[in-house]
Amino acid sequence: MTEKRKRLVINISLILSVYVILFVLIKLKVINRYYEGIMIACLINVILATSLNLATGFLGQLALGHAGFMAVGAYTAAIVTKTVGMPGTLQLLISLVIGGIAAGAMGVVIGIPALRLRGDYLAIITLGFGEIIRVMLFNLDITGGARGLRGIPKLAGFNVVFWVCVLVVAILYAVTHSKQGRAIMSIREDEIAAEAVGIPTVNYKLLGFVLAAFFAGVGGGLYAHYMTVLDPKTFNFMRSVEILVIVVLGGMGSLTGSIIAAIGLTILPEALRSFSEYRLLLYSALLIVMMIFKPGGILGQREFSVQGLLKRLKKPVVEGGEE
Amino acid sequence: MSLLSCKDIGISFGGLKAVDGFSIDINQKELVGLIGPNGAGKTTIFNMMTGVYLPTEGDIQLDGKTIVGKKPYDIVRMGAARTFQNIRLFRDLTVIDNVKIALHHEIDYGLFAGILRGKKYDRAEEKAQVEAMELLKIFEMEEYAEQKAKNLPYGKQRKLEIARALATNPKVLLLDEPAAGMNPQETQELMDTIHFIRDHFQIAVLLIEHDMNLVMGICERLIVIDYGKIIAKGTPDEIRSNEQVIGAYLGS
Ligand SMILES: Nc1ncnc2c1ncn2[C@@H]1O[C@H](COP(=O)(O)OP(=O)(O)OP(=O)(O)O)[C@@H](O)[C@H]1O
Ligand SMILES: [Mg+2]
Repeated sequence: MTEKRKRLVINISLILSVYVILFVLIKLKVINRYYEGIMIACLINVILATSLNLATGFLGQLALGHAGFMAVGAYTAAIVTKTVGMPGTLQLLISLVIGGIAAGAMGVVIGIPALRLRGDYLAIITLGFGEIIRVMLFNLDITGGARGLRGIPKLAGFNVVFWVCVLVVAILYAVTHSKQGRAIMSIREDEIAAEAVGIPTVNYKLLGFVLAAFFAGVGGGLYAHYMTVLDPKTFNFMRSVEILVIVVLGGMGSLTGSIIAAIGLTILPEALRSFSEYRLLLYSALLIVMMIFKPGGILGQREFSVQGLLKRLKKPVVEGGEE
Repeated sequence: MSLLSCKDIGISFGGLKAVDGFSIDINQKELVGLIGPNGAGKTTIFNMMTGVYLPTEGDIQLDGKTIVGKKPYDIVRMGAARTFQNIRLFRDLTVIDNVKIALHHEIDYGLFAGILRGKKYDRAEEKAQVEAMELLKIFEMEEYAEQKAKNLPYGKQRKLEIARALATNPKVLLLDEPAAGMNPQETQELMDTIHFIRDHFQIAVLLIEHDMNLVMGICERLIVIDYGKIIAKGTPDEIRSNEQVIGAYLGS
């Protein structure tokens, strides 16, 4: 118990200090609007990657339509704010939840048929889903068609995005460390064995997948209220692939790995702006190199923790034998 | 009334009748052996008993209730747990998590309690930890609790699979060649452990084995199948001298 409390205190103080440092740097204008924008993009990608990791890394179901869920959340949240219109953080939070629920509901609709079957049907169905969403965004009136959705109140800044991101990661961490999380991981490990020890696999596949969709929707809602305009082109297949690359690179089944990879892969293309046309090339090369040298991703299935690091530093042991 | 009873079950794969007219009655706390040469249909019978395959004919009852058409996860909750011939562990998870996953239904909290991690979560998780450790203790595996299952030596992996099956609190335990790949000494230890489990947990055990000498020592009753059909049943002594059994084994 004390161990658990200690860990909680360390983590909270760590997050708080990161927040305070960034906050002060923004106030002092050391971090300008451009860098702030990159930071927010990082945080949103953290939400998208960690949520996808639940479905693909922890549950073991390849999902190729995460940008679709993000889009559903983004447009729903934006439309809610635009129609209800009582600006403020509470308004934002409500629209984020509604956006998340809309994305989660989509997850139920496509998850039920796809997840009842064993095998990689989900990959194909989510792929189709992402495309259908994109086509719909281009053609519906309510989403603004090809011109996109404009005039969304700018309700999300660094503060909100940071804390929502922390909350999402905390929830995902708790889920993966609960009996529900163990059930989800058992399906990845061996679906037949999971059923043989009493795990209702269809339910837990659905739970993992729908939670992932929900949080992608929340991430989309944040994105909408930060950007203030939504362009249907941004939610294409390549966006889904980008998120998947982050998950694979960080390590399937490692939330901290996703966080590190999300930050790295958001900053890198910005830093190499002049090469931006080669971004996909860079991603593919990175993936290939990774698959050769570290197929489990940066962290494999492990989680990074300060305590773990300290323990390692205290006794530089011959660890060996893992991965 | 018997605990687990199959009445004339059969199944076909394409043209092949893998099991035909198989019947068995297993009583409480009984230790029964199911033997037969390679490809006789033993594993297929387990698969029908646990809902992996749907029998094309016949009925299977557990504690008086039919299980035909039920999902494997429902059947295990009704009291029939199994292991697999080709070990199926949650390889990348720790040994203790393997057991805790099988305790799933005993751990009593919902998704939101799991996220909020309050008292209820703490208490339930602690209880699961204790129970899982107790099971590992029976197999002398406490010290491996935090290791990944895939890093266990082969014999320990087999034992972990039995511990995991026991965690579901079964009335009948179905073991599919638990001694496969073990050396004679490990095998003897395992047979003793199986005997102990039956007495300690007061459950019935149905044991598949294709090496019939192995099970002679511990089973009270044996059923021999060949080509999907029962060719003999009785006490080990009766089986030993049964001509048809000798024929089947020599022929294979
Ligand atoms: N899913 C399946 N599809 C087609 N044929 C199958 C299937 N499962 C089993 N069989 C066939 O049914 C027969 C019985 O197989 P089973 O695995 O039950 O044998 P066994 O008695 O367990 O043998 P062993 O001692 O080798 O484990 C075999 O001929 C096998 O090829
Ligand atoms: Mg077999």
